[in-house]
Amino acid sequence: MMRANFLKLLYPLAGIAIILIAWHLYVVLLRVPTVVLPGPLQVSAATTTHAKILLEESWVTTLECIYGFALALGLGIPIAVVMTYSRVTNLMFYPLLVASQSIPKVAVAPILLVWFGTGIESKLAMAFVIAFFPIVVDTATGLRSTSPELLELARSLQCSRLQTFFKIQLPSALPSIFSGAKIAVTLAVIGAVIGEFIGSNEGLGNLLLTANSQLNTPLAWAALVVLSVLGMILYGAVVLAERIMMPWAPDGAHKL
Amino acid sequence: MNANGANHDAGQANAGQASARPAFGRLVNVAKTFDTGSQRVTAVKDVSLAFGQGDLISLLGPSGCGKTTVLKMMGGLIPASGGTLELAGQAITGPYPGVGVVFQAPTLMPWRTVLGNVLFPMEVLGKNDRSAKKRAEELLALVGLSGFEHAYPRQLSGGMQQRVALCRAIVHEPSILLMDEPFGALDELTRLEMNDLLLNIRRVTGATVAFVTHSISEAIYLSDRVFVFSKRPAVIALELDVDIPYPRSQQTRFLQRFTELEKQASIALGVVK
Repeated sequence: MMRANFLKLLYPLAGIAIILIAWHLYVVLLRVPTVVLPGPLQVSAATTTHAKILLEESWVTTLECIYGFALALGLGIPIAVVMTYSRVTNLMFYPLLVASQSIPKVAVAPILLVWFGTGIESKLAMAFVIAFFPIVVDTATGLRSTSPELLELARSLQCSRLQTFFKIQLPSALPSIFSGAKIAVTLAVIGAVIGEFIGSNEGLGNLLLTANSQLNTPLAWAALVVLSVLGMILYGAVVLAERIMMPWAPDGAHKL
Repeated sequence: MNANGANHDAGQANAGQASARPAFGRLVNVAKTFDTGSQRVTAVKDVSLAFGQGDLISLLGPSGCGKTTVLKMMGGLIPASGGTLELAGQAITGPYPGVGVVFQAPTLMPWRTVLGNVLFPMEVLGKNDRSAKKRAEELLALVGLSGFEHAYPRQLSGGMQQRVALCRAIVHEPSILLMDEPFGALDELTRLEMNDLLLNIRRVTGATVAFVTHSISEAIYLSDRVFVFSKRPAVIALELDVDIPYPRSQQTRFLQRFTELEKQASIALGVVK
């Protein structure tokens, strides 16, 4: 068992090592200019040199992601609930919701900038806009997939509507809600960075742009690495929440 | 819990004359038609039946004959299109307290432990106190699941899950237990085991049970009385008093009388010409 776990960890680490070595050899042997592509050593050097600013900027981006994601959860779940249980609302707004997804999210960013300014608000709004949809869709799917027999059981016991919802439908939907949330949290990171690209003077996205324009490619790459670590941490946090809230789920459900 | 059992065994001696006893449950000319938009489907044409308190009756018939529809009407889960249903002197017009249901699939809540699942009806009825927990634990012991109280359903086999569902259906001491092909998804050996388990639970609790099945031998083995349904639209083709005394065991299946009853049911179902 221990050995199997150890191997499971070893394989991806070996994969990363191989890619880093290949990258390093490519850059060194072909003498690729640093401006075009810094080697892994230069990126890690830039990461340590600029550790303070990277940390500060990631904190800003992290907050944008968390706020946007929380807003998407806080609005997305209730909207899904209303759309599931009110036929009229569903008929009126569901097609609209789906159609709205054909709008490229990046196109919305400048408008959000006009509305919310260059502060954190426009970034969390962008994160929200992009993270919102999977949460609504997956929550609605989860609520609709409640076992008809369980609903019949509730009816035979004369459960109230609220009892049926909180004791049966919502817990039934929890696995779907979490699969939506896992997608949404990674999208929130993308949303926050898009927001920062369009107009901001802080955050990792802004740092990346600035470094790029100053031809400080190692720093740009360092920002990229930190950004991906940030995405993984946020995703891991959602998986952790899932494990805590659904201790009953089969192990496979928690798979990354 | 045992007090009932003794009375019940005494009552079984005259199970054959159940029709002479005052009826506990009664269905008179019950019919059900479904509107499926373009057409009307008559699922149940005309079903009349009666049973006494503590009886175990089976509704036996081919798949899709409308026996499940009758069972749901007995539970007040769907309204009848015609006729009247009553239980303990009360007309059944909608869901009422005192129904226990077991479905073909265990349909446990995966997020609740075994004990949490069994206690669900008590929780909804606002009776989830210490004595409810004690009763739930007693029932779980009765079906051989002591020690599994805090396991999650996914950790149990199909047969074990169905036993939990059975406990959940009777924990609130319903006046009638409705079972819709509850053992149909289990393998044959588990099914035989579950049959004996049900008879034991019924002996101990004195529950009134309506049991839907398409297995002829299961219906006869379990029941005081078997109502054989025709093909859809359902009418009752044959009413069979099973005059084999309880307690029954798997030996009972080899009695000559058992075989005779099986043959009568088979003829009514059109399986044997």
